[in-house]
Amino acid sequence: MATGTEPHLKKGTGPGGVRHGTRAAITAAHLRTDRWWLQPAATAAGLFAFVVYSTWRAFANADYYEAPYVSPFYSPCVAENCEPMRNGPNWEIFGSWWGLSPALLILIFPLGFRLTCYYYRKAYYRGFWASPPACAVAEPHAKYTGETRFPLILQNIHRYFFYAAVPVAGILTYDTVLAFRNEDYEWGHMGLGTLVFLVNITLIWAYTLSCHSCRHIVGGKLKHFSKHPVRYRMWRWVGWLNGRHMLLAWASLISVALADFYVYLIASGAFDDPRFF
Amino acid sequence: MSTTTSGTGSSAAADGGGDEGSGAYDARFRVWRGDVEGGDLEDFTVQVNDGEVVLDIIHRIQATQAPDLAVRWNCKAGKCGSCSAEINGRPRLMCMTRMSVFARDEVVTVTPLRAFPVVRDLVTDVGFNYTKAREVPSFVPPKDLGPGEYRMMQEDVDRSQEFRKCIECFLCQDTCHVVRDHEENKTAFAGPRFLMRVAELDMHPLDAAAATGLDRKATAQEEHGLGYCNITKCCTEVCPEGIHITDNALIPLKERAVDRKYDPLVWLGNKIRRRPTS
Repeated sequence: MATGTEPHLKKGTGPGGVRHGTRAAITAAHLRTDRWWLQPAATAAGLFAFVVYSTWRAFANADYYEAPYVSPFYSPCVAENCEPMRNGPNWEIFGSWWGLSPALLILIFPLGFRLTCYYYRKAYYRGFWASPPACAVAEPHAKYTGETRFPLILQNIHRYFFYAAVPVAGILTYDTVLAFRNEDYEWGHMGLGTLVFLVNITLIWAYTLSCHSCRHIVGGKLKHFSKHPVRYRMWRWVGWLNGRHMLLAWASLISVALADFYVYLIASGAFDDPRFF
Repeated sequence: MSTTTSGTGSSAAADGGGDEGSGAYDARFRVWRGDVEGGDLEDFTVQVNDGEVVLDIIHRIQATQAPDLAVRWNCKAGKCGSCSAEINGRPRLMCMTRMSVFARDEVVTVTPLRAFPVVRDLVTDVGFNYTKAREVPSFVPPKDLGPGEYRMMQEDVDRSQEFRKCIECFLCQDTCHVVRDHEENKTAFAGPRFLMRVAELDMHPLDAAAATGLDRKATAQEEHGLGYCNITKCCTEVCPEGIHITDNALIPLKERAVDRKYDPLVWLGNKIRRRPTS
């Protein structure tokens, strides 16, 4: 559309950014004197560490079950090559033709949920793609189209990953209930692993429900809150959680990795689960 | 809004006298001076007194060392949005940036907003924002209500009222990398301030735009460039009014655009039930 805001492009200056011809003649990409690089660097390091760890564990296809605990990376286990889990989320939907790690079949949903999450988008756009690396720090790219084109336009399917993340969280809740058994599958017991699972599922639910798409679906899309008092109340609850979305994103990412690592330690025999009762 | 080239600051200390009692010290400033033809950072050593803000110091420089220094300012209370600049590389209001946040031996660098064409010294041409403002169709009054008959529940206007706190300092527009780092995007992208305006109107309980065929959710994407926003939250970080621009305006607006353009279930539901708004 003709906007009257056509860019001030001088001959020979190129499209440019902060060094564009009509702007204040300052050659530095930024003049920030604080440690602006610390946050994107720490974010990138944290995400990279999780990607390395989760890739190793997802492809390992071993040490993911020790009664009564199943790793959250392998739950639900929907291939025939899963380890048998008594009463566990062990459904052979994919049959015997699937020869790879069963974790790969299920991790796509939480991975997609986090990959398209509004917080993680900010984190990796800044940390990995430097778009921008930090506020008022010039980005290195000559062209920018944001989320208007393929593939980034696919970020708009975030709500579908949210829909998928809810049943996955439900199954992890079921796993946590099963963790109140002992190694002989008798109910009414609890170990350190049960506590780890409880903390993890609490954080997983808090992160899932604090999602911006969830906030929109429960009430944000309404024009008249006064006509929908229940949804308005739910929107406020989700909004309260949503204000802590970044914190919950990191806390749940760490907790899910720790829960998996805990199962790995006891399944590989490196550690015995201390039993409380 | 005032653009001064002489010492008209209201601070008692602006003339260089000030309170020379406890806490006064000499600070080193670098201020960008020039115009569209070119310019550079100029060094100043200037007295700072207790309780002063950056704008006080700029006024002292103007009063004592550089009488032709151009700076735009008005209220000195963080409410007019005139004295936007970049202080040590960060977009901020000069009147709301206390000198006490800087170490006494720190060099404080003040430049004009780097996303807009410079006029002179610390003054930029922010006309881009006024043009973008005019592109957003205004509130559409409901046909069945006359002036004085509008009644709205508080919970229905809470969201829009947060956005009305905007003082139009354009710091969010300045820091947004979509236009700051890409001049060519200025045609297609309205910027966070005006996408927030679209969100405000779309959430307004009495806005009757839909009845006139204006779909603000779709136009946010198609005409105001919502898709360019990659929600990196710099607009929220720099907002002096503390408006949650990204979480409360831009992301909800993106979700509303998804309803219209990318969610077949919502589209189908609206077709079946024929209930476009609720």
